[in-house]
Amino acid sequence: MNRGWRSWGPPVLLVLPSMILIGVFVYGLIGVNINTSLTDQHHRLGGGSFVGLENYRTLFHDDTFVYSLRNLGIYTVTFVCGTLFFGFLWAWLLEKGVRGEGGFRAVYLFPMAVSFIASGVVWRWLLNSAEGDRAGGLNRLFENVGLGFLANPWWTNETWGIVAIAIPAIWQLSGYVMALFLAGFRGIPDELREAARVDGASEWQLYRHVLFPQLSPVALSAIVIAGHMSLKVFDLIMAIAGPTNYTTQVPATQMWTKFTSGDYATSAAIGTILLCIVALLIVPYLVYTYRQERRS
Amino acid sequence: MSASTLTAAIPAETHHDRPPATGRGRRALVRSLRYALLLAFVVIVLTPAYVLIVTSFKGLGDASPSRAWDLPQSWETAGWSRAWTTLSPALGRTFAMVIPAALISALLGSMNGFVLSRWRFPGADIVFTLMLFGMFIPYQAVMIPLVQLMQDLGVPSGVPSLIVLHVVYGIPITTLIFRNYYAGVPQELIEAARVDGAGMLRTYASIMLPLSAPAFVVVIIWQFTSAWNDYLFALFFSNSRNGPVTIALNFLASGQLQDYSASMAGALIASLPTLVVYVILGRWFVGGLMAGSVKG
Repeated sequence: MNRGWRSWGPPVLLVLPSMILIGVFVYGLIGVNINTSLTDQHHRLGGGSFVGLENYRTLFHDDTFVYSLRNLGIYTVTFVCGTLFFGFLWAWLLEKGVRGEGGFRAVYLFPMAVSFIASGVVWRWLLNSAEGDRAGGLNRLFENVGLGFLANPWWTNETWGIVAIAIPAIWQLSGYVMALFLAGFRGIPDELREAARVDGASEWQLYRHVLFPQLSPVALSAIVIAGHMSLKVFDLIMAIAGPTNYTTQVPATQMWTKFTSGDYATSAAIGTILLCIVALLIVPYLVYTYRQERRS
Repeated sequence: MSASTLTAAIPAETHHDRPPATGRGRRALVRSLRYALLLAFVVIVLTPAYVLIVTSFKGLGDASPSRAWDLPQSWETAGWSRAWTTLSPALGRTFAMVIPAALISALLGSMNGFVLSRWRFPGADIVFTLMLFGMFIPYQAVMIPLVQLMQDLGVPSGVPSLIVLHVVYGIPITTLIFRNYYAGVPQELIEAARVDGAGMLRTYASIMLPLSAPAFVVVIIWQFTSAWNDYLFALFFSNSRNGPVTIALNFLASGQLQDYSASMAGALIASLPTLVVYVILGRWFVGGLMAGSVKG
């Protein structure tokens, strides 16, 4: 007993502050938040009696909230597919070694260093919805180069507006996915490629049977990282469209509006729903990583 | 896997199945196509940067949509000075917030990483996995009780609150980066110290810390950029008088009068510190990105 304590007591003491902080600020607060979401605290003062799942029921019958969930889904699919497409394409173009690779990489990656708020400033200008004579931004550029038919109302369109918000996000994070894939490509031993070539494998067969299987763990990481980032989308919408614009509503903007109006219970319920959506993606991934680690 | 096992069976000559001359011609074509694509993407990725720089130097009379993509008629710095006047106090506060936050979380991460990789205790894997989950949660799921908790703890709004929050919610990622880094330190070094009678703290301070400089650089850069670019915590825990530069910039950019030259200059000013870090320490910046993918 004494021996045991002497060997694992000190390490536990060293991580204890962090364990307590995470325990309180993550798990404790998630618990309190769920608790708040089950009450009728709809005003800053007063309220707070238990109402069960009432707030969740109200939310799922609220057309605007359902619309915001739909927007989040469309945004996530667009963003994940977009970053994976460009990230993979860039890594693939660069992986065999081109002159000036460092320069290309630096350019593709630089948007990652900028905040969504700063990039939102320029993208709001680029995604200006005016068309014709008053057109600015990309619509103007399209007309200047004779592609006027591409001009569109961008994020103000009720059905597909949210896709326009994914464009700056893809611009910003494709470089990250590229860096992941590039590291993946570089991690594949040259002997594997050589062996496949010697076997007479065509370029496509080489990718299909040798490189893609080796890259699938990278692709999984990329999907999980991009997926959880996109589910949290908020800054970009605040910077481009503002919190109250209908066509770009997502749960996070709704949570903020409810918070500012003092409707803490509904706000907490939206936060919990968002957590559940993210957990669906993250928990299996963490369990998978944990198992992999134990095995090695 | 299957491809490499086939290697032994098939003779090496089989792959000369096309004439070398056309092969060379095709390869040259493929190479120029690759460079053309890479350069096209450079132009696309840099387009927003062009817009930012050009628009920031335009005078108020230069704002007509038809001239949106042209260079300024005369290069004026009035937008820059308007932006600087608005943003400079917030810039100072952001530095005062980001530097302590990055240093403290790096220290905590290093201690946790050491224990969780090299001086383990029963259940260390579970503790680590539970910590990691904190990295992925949408902060909306804790925001309502967090606002309450920070008030109860008496942490003042603005810089002090944001330091605490970035340190606490930075624990998972900093722990992860240090843990992956320390996992690469040979176990013999630690065993040798143990044999010499060094306890845990001695081993950490005299063996691990001196080896940790690269991991510290990665973690500090990572925390510096993510705290600098944060908007969500800043929105809930500060206001335009005591908040960081993302708040000030969004305030400047979303005013009723669209002052595009000042907004764009402001976006550049607000991004400059992270861009400088990215340019100078790009290699480590990418290191942090990689570590973000759980498996280092």
